[in-house]
Amino acid sequence: MDKRIKMTEQDPNVRKNNFFEVSLGYTEDEAVEEAKRCLNCKNPRCVPKCPVAIDIPGFIQEVKKRNFKKAYEILTKYTSLPAVCGRVCPQEIQCESTCILGIKGEPVAIGNLERFVADWAIKNNIEIKNTIEKNGHKVAIVGSGPAGLACAGDLSKMGYDVTIFEALQEAGGVLTYGIPEFRLPKDKIVKTEINKLKKLGVKIETDVIIGRTITIDELIEEEKFEAVFIGSGAGLPRFMNIPGENTKGVFSANEFLTRTNLMKAYLEDYETPIKVGKRVVVVGGGNVAMDAARTALRLGSEVHIVYRRSEKELPAREAEVHHAKEEGIQFHLLTNPVEILADENDWVKGVKCIKMELGEPDESGRRRPIEIKGSEYIIDAETVIMAIGTTPNPLITSTTKDIEINKKQCIVADEDGKTTKDKVFAGGDIVTGAATVILAMGSGKKAAKAIDKMIRKNNS
Amino acid sequence: MYKIISNKKLAENIHEMIIEAPRVAHSAKPGQFIILIIDKKGERIPLTIADYDKEKGTVNIVVQAIGYSTKKLVSLKENEYIKDFAGPLGNESEFVHEDIEILKNKRIVFVGGGVGSAPIYPQVKWFSERNIKTDVILGFKNKDFIILKEEFEKLNCNLHICTDDGSYGFKGLVTNKLQDMLDNEEIDEVITIGPMIMMKFVSKLTKKYNIKTIASLNTIMLDGTGMCGGCRVSIGGKVKFTCVDGPEFDAHLINFDEAMNRQTTFSDIEKKHSCRLDGAING
Repeated sequence: MDKRIKMTEQDPNVRKNNFFEVSLGYTEDEAVEEAKRCLNCKNPRCVPKCPVAIDIPGFIQEVKKRNFKKAYEILTKYTSLPAVCGRVCPQEIQCESTCILGIKGEPVAIGNLERFVADWAIKNNIEIKNTIEKNGHKVAIVGSGPAGLACAGDLSKMGYDVTIFEALQEAGGVLTYGIPEFRLPKDKIVKTEINKLKKLGVKIETDVIIGRTITIDELIEEEKFEAVFIGSGAGLPRFMNIPGENTKGVFSANEFLTRTNLMKAYLEDYETPIKVGKRVVVVGGGNVAMDAARTALRLGSEVHIVYRRSEKELPAREAEVHHAKEEGIQFHLLTNPVEILADENDWVKGVKCIKMELGEPDESGRRRPIEIKGSEYIIDAETVIMAIGTTPNPLITSTTKDIEINKKQCIVADEDGKTTKDKVFAGGDIVTGAATVILAMGSGKKAAKAIDKMIRKNNS
Repeated sequence: MYKIISNKKLAENIHEMIIEAPRVAHSAKPGQFIILIIDKKGERIPLTIADYDKEKGTVNIVVQAIGYSTKKLVSLKENEYIKDFAGPLGNESEFVHEDIEILKNKRIVFVGGGVGSAPIYPQVKWFSERNIKTDVILGFKNKDFIILKEEFEKLNCNLHICTDDGSYGFKGLVTNKLQDMLDNEEIDEVITIGPMIMMKFVSKLTKKYNIKTIASLNTIMLDGTGMCGGCRVSIGGKVKFTCVDGPEFDAHLINFDEAMNRQTTFSDIEKKHSCRLDGAING
C-alpha cells in the first residue's frame, strides 16, 4: 500500500522563530497523487464520522480528475469554512480514523485534501454564488465563532436575513482570538472565509455584547428577530485554585492567546502589551495548551508543558503534539502544579510541581491521576499559562428569561439545538462545554435546519 | 466607527469626551463601563461611563491621559472617529435594584478622587433624579485639578471638595473629611471610586466604623466580558473577575494589596510605549 503524500512543513528550527504557517499545503500534483489513493468506497466509512457529513469521496474524486472547482463546490455544500476545517479538525479521530486504507497502512489524508481544495479556491478567487432569493425572515446569531458562522452560512443559503452579533472588535471567535497565526492565518484564511459569508448576505455587527448591549429578549421583542441562535462559546477561563495563582506573570491561555492573536501584541507596532519570561510553564495538554506553548516559544522563551496524565491521554491533536516536540518544547508528563512561587516583587519565579501516577479510570474513561507523595520539585519560570479549560460565560443565561441551564452552567438544548425558550436555539461550546471547531459547526448546521423548519411552520 | 461629538479639557491631562454610540447609551446604567479601541493597532481601553443620553445616543467618558493610549485618545478632535466602542460592561450598581422608599431613608456618602469623580456623577445623578439627597466627597491635588464641580452642584447633593494643599475647599484627604462625617453624623453606606490606594484607605476607615462600603475596581482588562481572566481579584479569599462579577464589590472584602500589585504587570512596557508617543505627538 502506498504511503500518504506528506505535506511540506517549515523546518522546526526556522519556524520556531516566526509566526508563519507551519504546514505549507499540497501542490496540485501532490493533491492529485494523494486523491488517487482514495478507493471511492461504495459505503464510505469516513462520511458518518464527519460532524458535518461532508461528501468526502465525492470531493476527492474531483481532485483526482483535477476538477478543483467542482471539488470546492461539493465541499461548500457541507461546510462554510473548508480552509479552517482542513487545518484544525482532529481528522485522525474523525473521518481518517475509519478509512479502509488505515487498517493496514495510512488512511487517505482527507484533511490535507480539504485544505488543498479550499486554499486553491481562495488563490483562484472562486466564489460560490448564492442564487436563492431572500425570504425576508430575520434570524439573529450570537457569536461569530465556528457554530455561529456555520449556522449563519446555512441560513443565508436558504434565503434568511441573518445578522451575527459579535462582542469583540473582529469576527471569528476562537478562530480569531484563540488559534494562532502559525496554525490558522488570520488575514489569508479566517477573514477570507468570513468575507465569503458576508458576500452571501450575512451581516456582522461587532462590539455588541449580548446580555449587556442588548438582551436576547430585546432581540426578539424589539428588533423582531424570528429566531435567535446562541453560539457564544465557553468563555470563562478555569484556574486551579492553587496558592500563588494571582501572582504577576500567571495568565490564562485565553488572555495570552488573545493578546497575541487578536490584539497582535507580538508585532512591534501594535499597542497591546504582552509579557513573557525567559522560561514559561504551560499547564494542560489540550490543543489550547499546545497553541499557548508554541506561541510562547515564538516569543523567545524556553517552554515547558506540564500535564497530569501520560502521553497517551494528551487531548491535543497528534499533529500539534508532534509539532510542539519538533520545535523543542519540553513535556513534563504525569506532573501537576501545586503552587506558584513568587519573588520579592510578586512576580512568578517558579512552579512547584508534584509527580503523578495513574490509578483506576474515572468518569471520563481515562485513568485517574494520583499524586505521588513527597515527589515535589520546582520548575524555574517567570511566566505561567493556565490552559486547563473554560466554563460557559453566564452573561447571556443570567440576562435571558426562561432559559434552562444545567449544573455545568451550559445551556440545555436538544439534538436540534432547541432550548427551553421559545424561538431560541443554541449550539457549540455553550451547550457542550469546550469541544472542537468542527463539532461546533455541526451543531450550528443542525440548528439552522431546525430554525428553518420552525419559521416555515410559524408562517404557514 | 464611533464619532467623537466633543472633547473638552477639564483639567491638566483630564478630558471629557462625548461619543456617539446609540446601542451603548440605550442600555447604560450607573456603575458600568465601556471598552474602546482607538484604531486598528490600538489596545482595548476600559473606561467608566461618566454620563449618557439615551435620546441623543451618546455616552460620556472622562479620560486621564497618563499612558500611551490615553494620551493618543485625548489628542483626537471633535468629529473624528474611534474604531470600536463596546459596552455597557460590568454590572450596574446594586442600588439600582433597591427599593426607592428604603433608599430615601438611607444616608449615602460617595467618596471620589481625581478622575474617579467622573463615574460617581451618573450615580449621584441617579439618586438626584429620584429626589434622594446624597453626600459627595471629592478629593483633588489642588484647585486646578478640580473637575465636574458645576455638574455636581446642579444635582441634589451636599458637595464637599477637598484639596491636598487647601487651595480650594477642605484642606486634606478625602479620608480626613470622611472621618469628620463618620464621627459626627449617622451614615449608612459609603460608595467609593478613585485610585486604588484611596479606596483602600477609605475601606480601612469605614471598617473601623462598621459601615457598609462599596468600591469600584478598575483593573487591567482585555476583553471585559469574562474571557481572559486578567482582571481577577480576591474578594473575601475567593477569586472573582472584575468585568463579570464587578466592577463594584464589598470594599471590606477586597484584597487591595494584591489588586494594586497586579496593576503594575505591564507598567515597564507602558513606560516604553509612552515615550514613543511623546515623540510622535509633541515632536
